[in-house]
Amino acid sequence: MLAYQGNAGRWFDPLRQIRLMQQDMNRLMDSLRAPAPPEFPLINIWTGPDGAVITAEIPGVSPDDLEITVHQNTVTLRGQRVAEPVGEGDILHRRERVAGAFARSLVLPFRVDGDKAAAMFRNGLLRLDLPRPEADRPRKITVSRS
Amino acid sequence: MADQETNGSVAAETTRDVPVFVPPTDIIETESSLLMVLDVPGADPDSLDVTLDKRVLRIAARSASSHPEGCTLQHAEYRDGNYERSFVISEPVDAAKIEAVFKDGVLRLTLPKATPAPAAKIPVKAA
Repeated sequence: MLAYQGNAGRWFDPLRQIRLMQQDMNRLMDSLRAPAPPEFPLINIWTGPDGAVITAEIPGVSPDDLEITVHQNTVTLRGQRVAEPVGEGDILHRRERVAGAFARSLVLPFRVDGDKAAAMFRNGLLRLDLPRPEADRPRKITVSRS
Repeated sequence: MADQETNGSVAAETTRDVPVFVPPTDIIETESSLLMVLDVPGADPDSLDVTLDKRVLRIAARSASSHPEGCTLQHAEYRDGNYERSFVISEPVDAAKIEAVFKDGVLRLTLPKATPAPAAKIPVKAA
């Protein structure tokens, strides 16, 4: 809300009104910031009966350059995407693809069995299977009549 | 009047109910060719369609579903959909020698420039 707190003078002063309005506008504009760059890679999280599946869009990254670590309930995805090289004398018309190092960490609501976790990379899509340890899985309890 | 003005600039819809994305592209021009690199993650290699009609290069691809079986989606940052983008190529290009390579979700197109015909010199006779 715009509040003219300084407008308590005895006389109506149009210049002061303008100055106050300017202050308010400056305050409004100051709070505007450029939007944050989108995350890379984009991730979808799925859950199934055995645990979670994470799929991520990582085009142009060799599977050898991907580093995936699982520690208890935290999954970290690291890698690097190299920018398209531009030689001397070449003209760069467009550069829209993001490049550089990236890292994302996800904390899952359950522990992950690191030995059984599997990753598959196909057509630029990464699929991470993160099963829960057998001991941690929910158990069905049958109710017996007394 | 308004209808006539917007005619041709309104994007056509697809018959399938899936979103159509514009793939981010790098374009680098070297001395002999034009290199285009497009990000099309999840695209089905069989569905890739690259056509050059006169000066318009059109790239289209369909992405296969990334839905793991028996799972429910909890958090989504991307969606499955189709890719489509068109470019107007200002350079004369040798259409027969265009190379397209698809690897790891990235499509690389190399468009060799057409060799220009040597300029013909026309002698001017003084009358």
